[in-house]
Formats: sequence, structure tokens, C-alpha cells
Amino acid sequence: MTVCAVSTEVVADRAAVRFDLDGAWQLHPQVSIRSERFGALLYHFGTRRLSFLKSPTLLAVVRGLKSERSARTACAAAGVAAPDMPSYTSALATLAASNVICERSLG
Amino acid sequence: MTALASPSTGVGSLVDQFQFGLDAPICLTWELTYACNLACVHCLSSSGRRDPRKLSTAECRAVIDELERMQVFYVNIGGGEPTVRPDFGELVDYATEHHVGVKFSTNGVKITSEIARRLAASYYVDVQISLDGATADVNDAVRGTGSYATALQAMRNLADAGFTGFKVSVVVTRHNAGQLDEFESVTDSFGAQLRLTRLRPSGRGADVWDELHPAAAQQRDLYDWLLAHGEHVLTGDSFFHLAGYGESLPGLNLCGAGRVVCLIDPVGDVYACPFAIHENFLAGNVRSPGGFQRV
Amino acid sequence: MVVALSGRIHLDEAAETTPDHATIELADGQTSTLDAPEADVTVKDVLVEEVSIDGMCGVY
Repeated sequence: MTVCAVSTEVVADRAAVRFDLDGAWQLHPQVSIRSERFGALLYHFGTRRLSFLKSPTLLAVVRGLKSERSARTACAAAGVAAPDMPSYTSALATLAASNVICERSLG
Repeated sequence: MTALASPSTGVGSLVDQFQFGLDAPICLTWELTYACNLACVHCLSSSGRRDPRKLSTAECRAVIDELERMQVFYVNIGGGEPTVRPDFGELVDYATEHHVGVKFSTNGVKITSEIARRLAASYYVDVQISLDGATADVNDAVRGTGSYATALQAMRNLADAGFTGFKVSVVVTRHNAGQLDEFESVTDSFGAQLRLTRLRPSGRGADVWDELHPAAAQQRDLYDWLLAHGEHVLTGDSFFHLAGYGESLPGLNLCGAGRVVCLIDPVGDVYACPFAIHENFLAGNVRSPGGFQRV
Repeated sequence: MVVALSGRIHLDEAAETTPDHATIELADGQTSTLDAPEADVTVKDVLVEEVSIDGMCGVY
């Protein structure tokens, strides 16, 4: 099973532009996803927090993280347009800060 | 300046979504049985009686199947004392195998070391031990002789099994309102999390309301205490009415009845609100055609 | 209605700690300069909301 590495760098700095887009990420194993019309609800069984994704594209990004080389390629694969990248990066940073997504250790 | 085009679909806030309703509950309360080894004086569900019409094991499994299909995140299983049902363990396993989390309330009577170890093994399972006094005299006056010892032993077993963060739930009354710091010491000593809820004039609570409800001065002190400790104490939003004293306590301040949560009782009746069990709020029964999803 | 969320989506708070601008690399390899988030970034541009559901009656 892949191990989630806790990234203190991301947690310490939630500014969107410093999220490691080129890192390998994954959905935290204790998170359940429920897709909705508006996007998705995510529930983290470890933290008992509910996250609300407001776009189906963001859900596609999050679902694709584990199989993509990096968060950046996951965004591209989900069809995120270049002008929208700041919002998506900010969203990913928020999810990383609350451990909904975590860095994948490779190998 | 780069203009940020809105990439979202104009979706409102999470609370807006809750206002209009979701397709399925996020979680729901499921009272498995009204049987109980105790007879707490303020019991919301007036437990102690057994009902021969209660859902069978197979019917319970069918409800869980529906919850899985609807992608309900978890169920709060209570009662009565849910662990007195012989099929309790089987139903918990069935739920977690079908991706439905289980949080259950208990007085601790069946939480042996062995059971505690099995519960600690799954992140899908959470346990909430009921306690209404930080000391045996205060607790047992409400919950019965020996109930404090039972609860503490269950906590000890859970802590020893490595189950961190289980919940200890307290109904705030006139007699325990002054013990809040002691409650925190108790929960801290077991690595558990304190949960405070308000007494409701429902079930047997209506009969003892006059003697047990906190006095006005105690409500004020409770409010101040929650502001100071609220970060790590759960309340189930049950003290939102105290916002009248000043700033709101953290929380959504929203009634979730029928929109985000609901209740299934031991005979399969579905109600919007776990605290307003009355035929006017009865939505249907899970045994009827279409099951819970249709209701 | 007052809604107290977890505080994770307040871009205007982040504006106090981020630099005046930052360079980001876009998917196609070009770079672009992004100004610090401004006060007119609205809620609708924010894609994630988080909440502890302890804050809703009936949920526990």
C-alpha cells in the first residue's frame, strides 16, 4: 500500500502558488467520495471533516491524482484550462492542508 | 493583471446545498433497538422495552445495502443499547464491508478488551461512550448504580487497545454543569474526545426536565466555557441557541432534519428529526416498497 | 445567516502573507505572472469548502 508522506511545506504555506504541482499526490486512503450534481462531497474518516468540491472537473483531478505522474498532469488530463489553473492550484492546496490529499511516496 | 475567469459552475456555498437538500443523507441516526440494560432517567428514546416488530438481521442488512447504494457516509447507531442485539457485531462488519461507516453510542456494557481491539482495527468505526457525571455519584444518579464503573472500564479497554479519539458524550444537566473541567480530564486521560449535548425534553427527558435542566446561570457559564474550549470539544451544534449571549459558537447553525440527516427507528419507521419522533414527522417505513431510498 | 466555516477558503487572509506576485508555470510550459489575490476574488472562484459537520444538529 502506498504511504502518505506528510508535506509540512505545503501545510506551512497555504498560498496557492506554492503547492507542489509537480509532486506525486493521491487521495488520502481514509477519504470517501460521493459525487453530486455540483461536484462532490468528500468525507475524511480520520479527521471527520466534510469537503465540498464545487466542480466536477476538480473531482476528476482528485480522482486522477494517484495514476498521474503529477498534480499538474492530472489537471491537464481532467481538462483544466490554463486560466483556471490558479483556482485549481488553490483548491489542491486547501485539500493538501487538511490531508484530504497527500503526497505519494514513490517506489 | 490576469483576470481570473470563474472555473466553477456558479455553485453556491455548502450550506446553500444543504438548504436545498442532497439526494441522500450524509449520515443518519439508526436506533437498532429500544432494549437496554440501563434505564437512564432522561432517556430520549424511553428505552428498556423490547419490540417484537423490530427489524430482523436480514432486514437490517437490506437497509445497509440501500445506504451503500445511496453512498451515505456513515450511520450513527444507537438505541437503547445497540450492543445488546446479538447480531450487533455482524451488522457492524456488514456495514463496513459495504463502505458504510459506523459510529455507535453505547453505555460500554459490552466493550471488552477483545471487542475494543476489533473496533480499534477499523477506521470506519467510531465509538461514543455515554457518561453523565465526572464522578460516580453524579453519573449513577441519572444512569443507575454501577454505570459509571462500566463506562470507565470500556474507556480503559478502548484506550488500551490503541483506539484514540473515541468520543465520550455528556448530556449537560443541572448536576454535572459544574464538572466540565473534570469531564475533560477524564477524556484526556483516555485519549478520547469530549462531546457535550443539551438535555432535551423528549422521551423520559420530558418527565425529568424540571429537575435536570441547567439553570440560566449555568447556561451562561457553559457558553463561556464552550467559547474557551470549543476547539476540541464536540457539541453536535446543540448549543447554537446560546449564541444569544454573544458571538456564535463554531458550527453550521443549521437544522439538518430531512435534508442532511434523518432517523430510522427499531421497527423501520423513518423520521426527519431524531428528537421529534411524532407521527406528524413520520416519513414512511423501510419495509414498504422501494425501501429507505423511496422514503 | 452567520455561517462559521473552517476558515480554509479565505483568500484575503492569504493576501497578507503571499508576495506581491508570483511566477507560475502553466501546463504548456509558458510562464505567467499572477498578482497576489485581491479583495475582489469572490466566493464563486473558490472550488473547495471544508467544514466539520459537528456543527449541525442531528449529526454526530
